[in-house]
Amino acid sequence: MRLRDILGFALRALGSHRSRTWLTLLAVTLGAAAVVLLAALGEGARAYVAHEFTRLGTHLLIVFPGRNETTGGPPPLLGETARDLTLADALALARAPGVARIAPLTVGSAPVSAGGLEREVNVIGTTAEFLEVRRLELAQGRFLPTGDPSRGRGVAVLGKTLAKELFGHRQAQGEWVRIGDRRFRVIGILGSSGQSLGDTLDDLAIIPVASAQALFDSPGLFRILVEARGREALPGAEAAIKEIVRARHEGEDDVTVITQDAMLATFDRILKALTLAVAGIGAISLAVAGVLIMNVMLVSVSQRTAEVGLLKALGADQGQVAALFLTEALLLAGAGTLAGLALALAAVGLFNEAVSAFRLVVPSWAPLAAAGVSLATGLGFGLAPALRAARLDPVVALAGR
Amino acid sequence: MIALRGIERRFLVGDQVVAALRGIDLTLAAGEFAAVMGPSGSGKSTLLNILGLLDRPDAGSYALDGLETTALGEERRAALRRERIGFIFQSFHLIPRLSAAENVELPLTLAGVAPRERRERVAAALEALGLTPRACHRPDQLSGGQRQRVAIARATVTQPALILADEPTGNLDRASGEEVIRALEGLNARGLTLILVTHDPQLGGRARRRIRMEDGAIAEDQCA
Repeated sequence: MRLRDILGFALRALGSHRSRTWLTLLAVTLGAAAVVLLAALGEGARAYVAHEFTRLGTHLLIVFPGRNETTGGPPPLLGETARDLTLADALALARAPGVARIAPLTVGSAPVSAGGLEREVNVIGTTAEFLEVRRLELAQGRFLPTGDPSRGRGVAVLGKTLAKELFGHRQAQGEWVRIGDRRFRVIGILGSSGQSLGDTLDDLAIIPVASAQALFDSPGLFRILVEARGREALPGAEAAIKEIVRARHEGEDDVTVITQDAMLATFDRILKALTLAVAGIGAISLAVAGVLIMNVMLVSVSQRTAEVGLLKALGADQGQVAALFLTEALLLAGAGTLAGLALALAAVGLFNEAVSAFRLVVPSWAPLAAAGVSLATGLGFGLAPALRAARLDPVVALAGR
Repeated sequence: MIALRGIERRFLVGDQVVAALRGIDLTLAAGEFAAVMGPSGSGKSTLLNILGLLDRPDAGSYALDGLETTALGEERRAALRRERIGFIFQSFHLIPRLSAAENVELPLTLAGVAPRERRERVAAALEALGLTPRACHRPDQLSGGQRQRVAIARATVTQPALILADEPTGNLDRASGEEVIRALEGLNARGLTLILVTHDPQLGGRARRRIRMEDGAIAEDQCA
């Protein structure tokens, strides 16, 4: 029998019980669409995180106080406390080879007030370089002045939201605000920064690092952001940073240096696993659709018993009968998959058109996986009914018993 | 053309073994027109199923055109059915979703004949049975006589040597039955071997050879 004739015969058979065919197609369609949409959701999340990271600059190193790795060796005789990372350490790093600029960070929470209004916000103590390192923009005024970072000054840069809440539509630049028990003059307002890994930069105050250390009464830094001269300078800069800190901390390796890439890679791995997991959930719904295909085919075989008997009388062998019924199952799976892919791609297109903050990204493997799983279930679940038809005794089948 | 020797066929009914055919010996020459008659349960349909290679005997030999068929595999038997034998059933067995022409085309389609040749042979088969104007009708749009003639066209389109008909007029009124018998006689006149099972004595009387069965054995075998 020719392939075209097999397809034609199977199509006619499917067309003869329309509602059953449509319902099965719907199930396969939804299953295939679920695989693609869930994968697109996961992949979109991955792309979102990657994008956020690269916005921070791809050759950034972050230095934390303390170690987060344990190595072998005898336990220390005396209790080992991580040393604070000081401003002097930070300034020493600025001179390391391969380092373009650094920004020390002290972070705390403090009440900020002006004209009787008060808000509790995050206060960042840093230096003029922070603007460059974090790629921030100013809406108006200036950023923190350059100069000796160890000298505190009574100046502050406010986030957009904070400035609006304290001063409304009045000019904030040049006004005085009180942060904790100190007074600061507002010298600049940050521009809209959007979201940075869920962390808004609109609702904070930035003051010189020495002022923040005095305000929070802590000599230690929260972390130091180090920008390398380029991607290729990253390993050298990382080694130099560790070397300098070890020299300054009496031979103790008590900081953790992580690169942007390492963090990105970690997130990437997590989100990839997540994407596969949700796509797997979609695949389960496809398998359920496969069960439905099997059910429809079994009903079809039992309703068309006499037809199977006739086909055998006309000279169809077992292989031909099995092929005819298996083709029906595969047509259901194949057509459902195509419809599902079209539905999913249309839904992704509409979503991306309507929502600008988050984009769904269909990974190239998702449609292939959906088609593969779908055809495999069609084949797997179509085989039993097809074999049942093929093995019917023609005499019994023709008698319709 | 057909040589049966010692054919036995037993069925298990509940826990009892019932012999449907016992020691059938039968020889038919090419071009014969034979009617197999007898009461219900006499084994005529079982005999027809064995002749049509739809069923296998439990014992005995069946040679079709000199070829011993009892030892053949299912695929070879299917091929023989496709190439040598045409079936006509009491209840027509037309596929309801296909048109008359498509039903007639089915055996050629199964045999993998090229579409162009199929169309020509289908048209000729329909023409021979006066069904050309009905080619595009579905079975539910045809009368009983027309349906059975479509089935005859389907049985003959592959140009088999042997036509097996099981009560071909059983579901038809007298006039339609007459139409169908004439069509079958026409086939036999063209040299096809025709074996028909019936318990209608009038129909059986038109065959040149009458075989009467009783209790799974041939009780009478006479030529007119």
